[in-house]
Amino acid sequence: MTNEPYPKINILECKSCERCVIACPQDLLKLSDNLNQRGYKYVEYNGEGCIGCLNCYYTCPEPLAIEIHIPIKEN
Amino acid sequence: MNNSKERIIKKADSLNDVFTRKGGNAMTATHYCPGCGHGIVHKLIGEAMDTLEIQDRTVMISPVGCSVFAYYYFNCGNIQTAHGRAPAVATGISRAEEDAILISYQGDGDLASIGLNETIQAANRGEKMVVFFINNTVYGMTGGQMAPTTLIDEVTTSCPAGRDPNFTGYPLHISEIINNLKAPVFIERVSVADIDHIKKAKVAIKKALEIQRDKKGYAFVEILSPCPTNLKQNTKEAQDFVNTLMEEEFPLKNFRDNINTTEPIKRLESDFTKETLDNIFNIDEENDLNIINDSEFKPIVTKLAGFGGQGILSMGLTLAQAGVQNQKHASWYPAYGPEQRGGTSNCTVILSGDLIGSPAVHDINILIAMNKPSLEMFEDNVRDGGLILYDDIISDYTPRDGIHTFKVPGTKIAKEMGNVKVANVVILGILMETGFTNIDPKYYEAAIKEIFKNKQKLIPLNIDALSKGAIWAKENINL
Repeated sequence: MTNEPYPKINILECKSCERCVIACPQDLLKLSDNLNQRGYKYVEYNGEGCIGCLNCYYTCPEPLAIEIHIPIKEN
Repeated sequence: MNNSKERIIKKADSLNDVFTRKGGNAMTATHYCPGCGHGIVHKLIGEAMDTLEIQDRTVMISPVGCSVFAYYYFNCGNIQTAHGRAPAVATGISRAEEDAILISYQGDGDLASIGLNETIQAANRGEKMVVFFINNTVYGMTGGQMAPTTLIDEVTTSCPAGRDPNFTGYPLHISEIINNLKAPVFIERVSVADIDHIKKAKVAIKKALEIQRDKKGYAFVEILSPCPTNLKQNTKEAQDFVNTLMEEEFPLKNFRDNINTTEPIKRLESDFTKETLDNIFNIDEENDLNIINDSEFKPIVTKLAGFGGQGILSMGLTLAQAGVQNQKHASWYPAYGPEQRGGTSNCTVILSGDLIGSPAVHDINILIAMNKPSLEMFEDNVRDGGLILYDDIISDYTPRDGIHTFKVPGTKIAKEMGNVKVANVVILGILMETGFTNIDPKYYEAAIKEIFKNKQKLIPLNIDALSKGAIWAKENINL
């Protein structure tokens, strides 16, 4: 795995609104075919390619559904 | 995943970790529908509160509407207000708490309809508050009815054929209305339809809160927001609706930004010390009389009625004060017409040994009538065995059976004294002497001294009138 940013998705909190799917410039998010405990098809990250743009975080209406981890590069 | 250092962008500290007030079995989820703009705005506000370090100073005012439960989410001071009254409540808090940062968070139904007056008045006063106005063109909480902001031809449950301007007028442009006022420091319309717009909204929201941090005055941020549920749109359609049709009607722009040229508002500091409040309400704790409960002293209801200008209300106040001087519970309940002079006027005074349930009651023990219409209006309310005193300017009155009724020369004696204005006190003296109120004469005298304590030179005249009434009663009334 490369040292790149990634979204951490709390699948329990996802309400399946798809705003993040539309907002991702790299097209890396999609809805799962599975349901979370609350009955929503939750969003999934395909695992690589995140550029840390934060679009999915800011467009998500649920405060606890997505967080973005961005590595700090040390020279 | 590697374990080296990383930056994590996540929920602001100013939003709660668990929404315990919400309860239920999903206490980490908002109550908002999927794709709703409220959550997005909540996150932006929370983040700005963190960045500006204002969490401890912030009071969030939740409205009525979908965001009625905003207080579930914000970890700061919270008040939920009656429909449309958020700016009025925010005004009160802002005036009372010098350092408080007020956020009035309102939807289009709450702000642009029932709360429009409060909104404009608060903006016009330049209150220290930020108003976040969530405009989604529809009443959300109640099920998607037409709002003041609903677009022409837009379909809602209460305009199923689309909004017809001939029938319901045109969408209200609130930012433009606010922009007609002088006081606001910052006015901007933004959108949270999609990520590009959200980034701009974030800047405006932070700026509006910065103005509050620096106490510079009123800021208004209108936020166009999607409501996919009520407008029956999917996410893409909701975004397109906001970006095209809504923006066409409500163009995004900064209307005003005086942040750099505005000085902090300076107001007199509020003083809530007990001494100051006692002073304002005329309370002298050491010397004031305490009311003593006395179940032997049954409630006595007196109705005093006459023309405006006859001193009806002050006669009632004096009677109530006599009760207070005797350490009884007392209430005084006035009713009068809109006229400053003339018209009719009456008041109900209750003296009681126990707490008074209601100051307005139908059945009365005593009626004092200073004109004929009052006598005719209230005579039937007097209980059997009760007392009616009516001024002798009233002629042709036949008393009811079972009521002690006396025609009394209040106006006549007052005229003889050279001041017709004290007719009310003469009659009060007659009432005192009948003993019907069960209040000793010395308390009536004390009451007159209390009522006229800021007009000392009127005290002897009024005490004289009181005793002239009492003397007449002694000679003429036999019970």
